[in-house]
Amino acid sequence: MKNVQKQKRANKSLPFFFRDEFRVSLIIILISVALLITTFTFDIVPPILNRGIQPATFPKALLVLIIVMTLLIYYLATKNPWKVEKKLPRSFFLTLSSFVIFVVVSKTLDFFLAISALSIFVSYCWGEKRIFYLLLVGIIFPIIVFIFFETILGLRFPPGIITNIYYS
Amino acid sequence: MDNLLLMLAPLFSSKLLLVLFFGTLFGLILGVLPGLGPTTGGALILPFTMTLDPLSAIVLLTSIYCAGTYGGAITAVLINTPGTPAAAATCLDGYPLAQKGEAGRALGMATVSSTVGGIFSVVILVFFAPILAQLAYEFGQPEYFALAIFGLTMLASIGEGSPIKNLIAGAFGILISTVGKDFMTSIDRFTFGINELTEGIGFIPVVVGLFAMSEMLTQSTLINQVFNRIALKAIKLPSKDDYKKTWKTILRSSGIGSFIGVLPAEGGTVASLIGYSEAKRFSKNPDEFGKGSIEGIAGAEAANNAATGGAMVPTLALGIPGSATTAVILTGLIIHGVRPGPDLFREQPDFLYGIFGAMLIANILFFIFGFFGAKIFARITLVPNKILWPMIFAVSVCGTYSLNQSIIDVWIMLFFGVLGFFMRRYGFSVVPVIIGLILGELVEGTLRQSLVIFDGNWLMFFTRPIALTFFILSLIALAFPLIRSRKLKKK
Repeated sequence: MKNVQKQKRANKSLPFFFRDEFRVSLIIILISVALLITTFTFDIVPPILNRGIQPATFPKALLVLIIVMTLLIYYLATKNPWKVEKKLPRSFFLTLSSFVIFVVVSKTLDFFLAISALSIFVSYCWGEKRIFYLLLVGIIFPIIVFIFFETILGLRFPPGIITNIYYS
Repeated sequence: MDNLLLMLAPLFSSKLLLVLFFGTLFGLILGVLPGLGPTTGGALILPFTMTLDPLSAIVLLTSIYCAGTYGGAITAVLINTPGTPAAAATCLDGYPLAQKGEAGRALGMATVSSTVGGIFSVVILVFFAPILAQLAYEFGQPEYFALAIFGLTMLASIGEGSPIKNLIAGAFGILISTVGKDFMTSIDRFTFGINELTEGIGFIPVVVGLFAMSEMLTQSTLINQVFNRIALKAIKLPSKDDYKKTWKTILRSSGIGSFIGVLPAEGGTVASLIGYSEAKRFSKNPDEFGKGSIEGIAGAEAANNAATGGAMVPTLALGIPGSATTAVILTGLIIHGVRPGPDLFREQPDFLYGIFGAMLIANILFFIFGFFGAKIFARITLVPNKILWPMIFAVSVCGTYSLNQSIIDVWIMLFFGVLGFFMRRYGFSVVPVIIGLILGELVEGTLRQSLVIFDGNWLMFFTRPIALTFFILSLIALAFPLIRSRKLKKK
């Protein structure tokens, strides 16, 4: 409890634009405004086909509601600041970047290869250095999962370097 | 009498018994592993249920739900880390008692109170779900709209964390449900020219992303964390003295848990916290709480398992999920072509009472598994995260891909994983997003159809007594956190 209060005091001492509540609120509002602008590009249904309200009205109302509530949490946070969150460690950014690598590899090379690469990369970054376990999580287990999904669910995985070899 | 026989049907089907056996086992494993749980597990197993008939599929999901909720207690007692959020309150007394060398007694009480709570809630489910379903025959579009709004406002009222943040998360969930072709006019909304988005954003990528992938990112920040595991020799059944001390607490918490479960919110998590605090309030020895009180364990565990049956009441009777896991079960029902609601009670009683019976048996099964196998299940926590999570990633990716065979779904899952991580980091619960996503189509659809009925006159909503009652309840639900915080300030 004391720790939380200390973290809150630490947050209050920061300039407003460095505080989490400001940055989070700003991001939510900016995204909501962008989406709100997008709703104005939705097609308008002619009155004869329109049932109830226009398709854009409901999302518009939701976005306005989100903006208003975000302003409210920011206002409340000025009185009762959020606690400062600890800095994220290197392992988090490595895991996050592995997601990006996964998207790129699955799009350009191969779905299986992407899973395999991510599994080995994450396991290694989290401290696993033993080759057997790296092979277990990166190759043996994905193969089992692949075969299981293929045979039980009759699933066909997207084409790629390795999957093409497997299917041919 | 007929219904009772229908409830016993799973006992006479070897296939259903096998499904129950594996569901309970799988649920226990998921519950034991911190960061996983019945919601994530249910979402991951959903694609596999496509190979089963509807009853077996839902029996599998509900047994995972019941056993997973209990499984969290094993980790809570032995390593002071709740296996599921619903077991957070169990840590408060379970771990201190285990530190005193009484891990077996703590787990014994957790097992017994979870089973009693679970069975109590199934009884509630059997009696109240049909009554609620009968009432739902009176509901038209405006009433369903008002009910869905009430469900969402309850998230603010009794959900965990900041009420306004919960409402924002709920509104965001509804917003996600608007992506794709508008179901009334077929006009594209938020598709940004991506063809795959015209069908909307699926439930599974969002759930797996918000729960499993965001947890993977959370675990990446905790790789240096060391758990102090307490050795378990064997579970002990509670003594006569323990029963004397706790039977009232178990019954009270079972009632609280069932009631909280019925309300659309975070189900077991909130129920266990309230069950725990009420156990402390009524206890003759409140000073023992936090230091290894057996009543504390009983209060929390009976309540969180009682919430399972409670949460199934609105899910089956109205099609409104009572918790995140029941949202997954609801999706399972829809995928298998079963439409929850009053008609289900009239047209498919064998299906419904089969589920009720399966839940009852699942509660007995996890008692047996827990009692005899807790020591083995506790060892599952020894699997290092650096091996476990890459494996979970592989299953999550293939499971998400399998439903629509869409790579875009996998990317959506990863996106929601990152989003879910930051939401949780800044105090936004991810559960309202799931509830909002499930209720989104109902909210918008009933609103628009009601406006057609009312010829665009909004005020007509207030001329319908049931709808008006739900609106008043929604206002009370919104005002409740305000009143509660003022009361706390006065104290």
